Amino acid sequence: MDWLLDPLNYDFMRQALMAGVLIGVLCPVVGTFLIVQQMALLGDVVAHAVLPGLAIANFLQIPLLLGAFISGMISTFVTTWIQTQSKVKIDTAMAITFSSFFALGITLLTTLKSRLDLEELLFGDILGITVADVWQVGLITVAILIAVKFFYKELLFFTFDRLGAEASGLPVNAINLGLMTVITLAIVAGMKTVGVILVMALMISPAAAASLLTTELHWMMMIGSGLGVLSSLIGMYMSYFLNIPSGPAITLTLFVCFLLALLFSPSQGVLTSHFSMAKGQNSLD
Amino acid sequence: MLEVENLSVSYRGISALEAISLSLMPGELVGLIGPNGAGKSTLIKAILGLAPCQGQVLFNGIPLRRQRRRVTYVPQRSQIDWDYPVTVWNVVMMAQTKSLGWGRRPGNEAKRLTSAALDRVDMLTLKDRPIGQLSGGQQQRVFLARALAQQAELFLLDEPFTGIDKKTEAIMVDIFAELSAQQKTLLVCSHEWGDNLNRYDRLLLLNRKLLADDRPQAVMTMDNIQRAFGSNMPSRFTQPRTMRLVS
Ligand SMILES: Nc1ncnc2c1ncn2[C@@H]1O[C@H](COP(=O)(O)OP(=O)(O)OP(=O)(O)O)[C@@H](O)[C@H]1O
Ligand SMILES: [Mg+2]
Repeated sequence: MDWLLDPLNYDFMRQALMAGVLIGVLCPVVGTFLIVQQMALLGDVVAHAVLPGLAIANFLQIPLLLGAFISGMISTFVTTWIQTQSKVKIDTAMAITFSSFFALGITLLTTLKSRLDLEELLFGDILGITVADVWQVGLITVAILIAVKFFYKELLFFTFDRLGAEASGLPVNAINLGLMTVITLAIVAGMKTVGVILVMALMISPAAAASLLTTELHWMMMIGSGLGVLSSLIGMYMSYFLNIPSGPAITLTLFVCFLLALLFSPSQGVLTSHFSMAKGQNSLD
Repeated sequence: MLEVENLSVSYRGISALEAISLSLMPGELVGLIGPNGAGKSTLIKAILGLAPCQGQVLFNGIPLRRQRRRVTYVPQRSQIDWDYPVTVWNVVMMAQTKSLGWGRRPGNEAKRLTSAALDRVDMLTLKDRPIGQLSGGQQQRVFLARALAQQAELFLLDEPFTGIDKKTEAIMVDIFAELSAQQKTLLVCSHEWGDNLNRYDRLLLLNRKLLADDRPQAVMTMDNIQRAFGSNMPSRFTQPRTMRLVS
C-alpha cells in the first residue's frame, strides 16, 4: 500500500487530490443539466471561451478566475444570441463561438506576451494547484451544490419542459442565466485540475455513464459524482506515477468508466441487456 | 372567460398568425383545428405568452400572464424528450412547483393532489416508472394528470389525441366532460377530422387566420375544408367519414 500513501507526503499532491475530489463531485452534477438538455457541447464552448478572459486578466493583473468567468459567460450569451437571431442551429452556433473565442484567446495570449503556462491551462497540471486554488474550488463547489439542492425542483421542471415551466409562471430566463452561471463557474473551477480542453470530459462522461445506470435525475448526479471522484483520484495517481498531465489521465479514466457502464449496465448495457433478453427477462421491470 | 383580441405572431418577419380574436366561456370545450403548420401550437403558445406576439389576452378581464396559476398547458408530444430521466410521479409533481415556491419540498397536500390526479388517469400503479418506459397513450395521460394536479381554470392542450390508444381516449373524453361540468374552460388542438369533432361544443378552424368559429356541424363543411387546406387538399378529405387532417 506504500504506493498509495507515498504521494501524500507531498503538499502539491495532497492539494491536487483535494481539488480532484471537489471537482469530481461538482462537474458531473452540472454536466447532468447539460446532458438532459442535449447541450453537452456547451461545456466545451465555455471551456474554450475562458481563454481570452485568462489572457486579459493576466495582462491587467486581476484575478484569473474572474477573467475566465466573465469571458465564459459572454460566450454563452453569444451562442444564445446567434441561435435566437437567425435560423442557425444551436450546434452550429456553438461551433462558431467556441472556435472564435479559442482563437481570440490564443491570439491575446501571444500578443499580450502573457507569462501564463499555456500547456498547464490547456491540459491541467497537478504541480500547479495551490492551497488558494483548493479553497477557491471548495467554495465554488459548496455554493453550487447548495444552489442546486435549493432550486432542484425548478431546475428539473425547466430542463424537462421549458415551455411548460414558463407557462406555469417560472422565471425561465433567470433560471437559464443561473444554469449558465453555474456551468461557467464549474468549468472555471475545474480548469486548474484538468485544463480547459478536458474539463468537459469531467462534466459529461461520468454523468453520461450514470445515465446508463439510472433513470432519475438526482441519481444521475450522485452516481456521476461518485464516478467523477473515483476517476479524478485514479487520474491524479496516474499523472503522478506516469508523469503525464492530469487532464488526459483523468479523461482516459473517465472513458473507461463510461465504457464499462455502456457494456455492463444492468438495464441498458450493450452486453448485459442482450444477455437478460436472451434469458427472457423484461429489462423494463 | 378568456378573451383574445387581435393576437398576431410573426417569426423573424414571417407571419404565423394574423389578428386572431376569440373568446372562450367557462364550461366550454372548444376544439382548435387546422392543417399542419396552420399555427395551432403557435396560438396556444401566444395565449400563454410563450411566443413573440402582439395583441391582448385577458382572463376574467385581467391579462393572463399575470395569473399564470389559473392556466395549465399540455405541450405537444413531440416537444418533450421522452428519454429524460424522470419518473411519472415527479412529472406530475411539477404541477406544484410554482405553488410550493422556491426551496420548498412537496408537503402532504401536494402529494395528495399528485396521487389523486394520477389515479384519475389510471396511472397511479405506474407512478415509479421512468416516463420513457410508457406507451404513447400512457405518456399523454401523465401530462393530463399534471394539468389536473395544477387545479387550473383554463386548460390549453396541444394535440392530446395524437398517437394514443382507445383506453386513453376514453379516459380523456371523460375527464374533459367532467372538467367542463366544473365550469373549467378547455381549448384542445386537434388533427382529427370527422365525427370525433362532434364532442366539442365549438370548433375554431385555423390557418394563419381564424377561418371559422361555430358549432361543429356548421364548421365541418366542404367549403370550410377547402378554405383551410386550399388547393393542395389531399384526396382523402373528400370522404368526410374517414377524413383526418394528417401530416
Ligand atoms: N420557433 C419558431 N420559429 C420560426 N417559425 C416557427 C416557429 N414555430 C413555428 N413556426 C412556424 O409557424 C407556423 C405555425 O406553426 P405551428 O407549430 O404553430 O403549427 P401547427 O398548426 O401547430 O402545426 P402542427 O400540426 O404541425 O403541430 C409554421 O409555418 C412554422 O414553421
Ligand atoms: Mg402543433
